[in-house]
Amino acid sequence: MRKMLAIITFALMAASLYMAFVYAPTEPLMGHIQRIFYFHIGTVWVATIAFIIVFAASIMYLWKGTRKWDSLAYCSAELGVLFLTLTILTGSVWAKPVWNTWWTWDPQLTTTFILWILYIVYLILRSSAGNDTKKAKYAAVFGIIAFIDLPLVYLSVRVMRGISPVVFGPGGGGIAPEMMHTLLINMLAFTSLFVLLLLERLDLVRMKDTLEKLKLAGG
Amino acid sequence: MSKLWAIVNKDIVTELRTKELLTSMLTFSLLVIVIFSFTFGLSAELMNLAAPAMLWIAFSFAGILGLSRSFALEKEGNAIMGLLVTPADRSLIYFAKLLSNTVFVFLVAVIMVPMFVLFFNLRFTPGLLQLVPVIFFGSLGFVSVGTLFSAMALNTRLRDVLLPILVFPIVIPLLVSAVKLSSSVFSGGSVLDETPSLKLLIAFDIIFIAACSVVFEYVIEES
Repeated sequence: MRKMLAIITFALMAASLYMAFVYAPTEPLMGHIQRIFYFHIGTVWVATIAFIIVFAASIMYLWKGTRKWDSLAYCSAELGVLFLTLTILTGSVWAKPVWNTWWTWDPQLTTTFILWILYIVYLILRSSAGNDTKKAKYAAVFGIIAFIDLPLVYLSVRVMRGISPVVFGPGGGGIAPEMMHTLLINMLAFTSLFVLLLLERLDLVRMKDTLEKLKLAGG
Repeated sequence: MSKLWAIVNKDIVTELRTKELLTSMLTFSLLVIVIFSFTFGLSAELMNLAAPAMLWIAFSFAGILGLSRSFALEKEGNAIMGLLVTPADRSLIYFAKLLSNTVFVFLVAVIMVPMFVLFFNLRFTPGLLQLVPVIFFGSLGFVSVGTLFSAMALNTRLRDVLLPILVFPIVIPLLVSAVKLSSSVFSGGSVLDETPSLKLLIAFDIIFIAACSVVFEYVIEES
């Protein structure tokens, strides 16, 4: 089952690479650099899923108190931060030639940046807890509060900057159907990669727990 | 209700006996102002632009200072056990701590504003009174999140280091709207010119007081 998923992920990744670099037409204004967008959207999509999982799993953990929800939230947050880092990096690489800057404090970017910091804080908090279930609850509490905070962060950044138009987005305006296909395959590929990594990471946590128990039993 | 007041009263009486918290918070915010005046030079134009931001940076640093003491005080001599065995709902402890912490932060802020105006040669106008509600809602929101996290940070290994990195990213929307409102007041306008910020500030307070009071019971347990 896991093996199947790994093969599917590999195939999807290969397909998305091919589509992004060969199949999709070159964007007339930005040129080849626009191709990085497929990966940019793919990673940010996965990061979004990951943070929604953190939120839901944190609520479940506080409610049920079972270890698996805690591990799910923790592993998901790790992957979320990883993919969001990739999003920021690809975005930055794209912005340099197109906007002529690595970074600008526009609402979307600022919100993303704060989002990134929030979940790094989550990871600091969770990793300092170790196997302590009580402290794991703190991380869950933070996971919930951080998620609730996000819409407010977005609103506040818009208030601060004055409401600016959405500068880009393949969704805005018409795009070539080939581009749309490429984007969808990319999102699918990253989703499948995410699920695969998450399952593997959860296995790792389970093994660590088993090891811990064996150590205790062995004295 | 009387239980709530009992806890708030206890906090205020303790503070009045020692005056530790208020003096250290006030001194600290004064220091922040001194450092700012050094780093920014004293150009009046710059001051007008930077004043509201400085004000809120000073408040939030001082607020963190106060909050980190809030539960540390309970921990000393294990007074927290006394709180936990009171026949009251856990969220009641949260509301009581919220109230007493808000009183402290608000007091510091109210004392700071005139000093701030004085030191930076801004003008005293009746319009400045509009800062009072802004500071009130600002302190309330800051403390709503801070009280929850200070109870949390206390039991972790990182303790005081953790509190600011937990609180600051969460309160960004609050600080943004508070700074926006204050700068409108300082430049002679009214808070009503910035209704989106005002709404955001109040929404922040409501959302986080509700959310934090619900999750507080998972944070405060005997250790």
